[in-house]
Amino acid sequence: MADKRTTADAAVAQLADGMTIGIGGWGSRRKPMALVRALLRSPLKDLTVVSFAGPDLGMLCAAGKVRRAVFGFASLDSIPLEPYFRAARQAGAIEASEIDEGMLQWGLYAAALRLPFLPTRAGLGSDALALNPWLRTVRSPYDDGEELVAMRALELDAALVHVHRADAGGNAQILGPDAYFDDLFCMAAKRRIVSCERVVRTEELSGQGPLQTMRIHRGLVDAVVEAPRGAGFTSCEPDYPRDEAAQKAYAASAQEPGGWAAYRDAYLAEGGA
Amino acid sequence: MTGPDYALHEVCVVACAEAWRGDGEILASPIGALPSVAARLAKATFAPDLMMTDGVASLVSNGVVEGWMPYRTVFDTVWSGRRHVMMGASQIDRFGNQNISCIGDHARPKAQLVGMRGAPGNTINHPTSYWIPGHSTRVFVPKVDVVCGVGYDRAAALGRSGRFHGLRRVVTNLAVLDFESPDHAMRLVSCHPGVSVDDVVKVTGFPLVLPELVETTRTPTAEELRLLREVIDPQGTAARELGR
Repeated sequence: MADKRTTADAAVAQLADGMTIGIGGWGSRRKPMALVRALLRSPLKDLTVVSFAGPDLGMLCAAGKVRRAVFGFASLDSIPLEPYFRAARQAGAIEASEIDEGMLQWGLYAAALRLPFLPTRAGLGSDALALNPWLRTVRSPYDDGEELVAMRALELDAALVHVHRADAGGNAQILGPDAYFDDLFCMAAKRRIVSCERVVRTEELSGQGPLQTMRIHRGLVDAVVEAPRGAGFTSCEPDYPRDEAAQKAYAASAQEPGGWAAYRDAYLAEGGA
Repeated sequence: MTGPDYALHEVCVVACAEAWRGDGEILASPIGALPSVAARLAKATFAPDLMMTDGVASLVSNGVVEGWMPYRTVFDTVWSGRRHVMMGASQIDRFGNQNISCIGDHARPKAQLVGMRGAPGNTINHPTSYWIPGHSTRVFVPKVDVVCGVGYDRAAALGRSGRFHGLRRVVTNLAVLDFESPDHAMRLVSCHPGVSVDDVVKVTGFPLVLPELVETTRTPTAEELRLLREVIDPQGTAARELGR
């Protein structure tokens, strides 16, 4: 088993301008923030970000790294609206590929299975189609002849996810109540970077939780980054809850002139990995 | 003579709870504080078989975890149709098209909202209701800026693909509305106590279908008031949603 351990900066150094990056977690829950910090430190630009979005997308927008976002929402959960994403949208600074969040899942699944699309009713009748001319419909070849959305595969150049435990080879374990779509992000991507709270020996994994918690196997992982508190300030239950005070400070910074520059410096200074 | 022994938010809670009457053993998904209180009231009284999540990944029944419902399973449930959601709406039109995406031009909006979330998939797959705490012409508009939740006109245009669409009711701080009219345009069903038909018409930005008899919204029973105040919402979270 190859040892895939590396640092966040070294892992992110493998990425290139203009790439499509999928980011795991959900809203302000178990976001790979140590890896997002590495993106913020890097010179990368013109990224397409695919995310069930929270402060990951917000910070990358604030830093001017996002050309296009593929999203169903952007929220901090306990604070309904993502302030920096909101500012970027209202400035017309990013291209918004807004779709239903179930369509987003379906697009990742299609890419994971190497299919050009997967059919769904989600999106029919709504502006999810009108706003996204890159999406088309398909007619059922069977007797029903039903017209459905042909949700296009969301092929990712890279996926970034944060989990609780992993071994050096990339066998990754999610101990929280919801895996979200992290395994699909990895399956849909060419290059898969997994950060974790703690790297453990392989034989320790099965003692951490039931077999079903070992959601991502090493065949889906290229780089392993040990990043304690690597989701902070977002939640990483059961290891730690969301740091609501830190999240409030983040949201408040968006209301200050020069707020992002000051916040970014402080946030990068506190982030390890 | 004393005034009524219930508050406006309690009338709204009961009106929202009524949305789930008769739904049986499906997932009730209330978005926001007042609909959450309402769904719990429905479950505690006339709709005991409803299933609900804790907002994280557990199915919870009367405080007891009874199952697991991570996001992956939520979309499966949505697409299978065994769910009735009550969402909010920043804008809604005569046929129930709903907007929670943004106000203004989508390329550069005046105001970015939360995003369309699951509204397109919800509305095309299973029953949907709406809770709107501030009934005004800013929300009830002739045309929404972005169609997130699908309305009856657009669902009808889909033909067979629209067959699982259904909007049950819209509850506001003033009234209960539905779409039970010949062309499924929004109809005024009942006004809350003390609210007149004119009060509602004035703050609605499109013509409402007005039946000959507009009833008064049902007021809470003594048992419903006891459950709300002592068991389900002693902190008064539902009342706070009417503050704005």
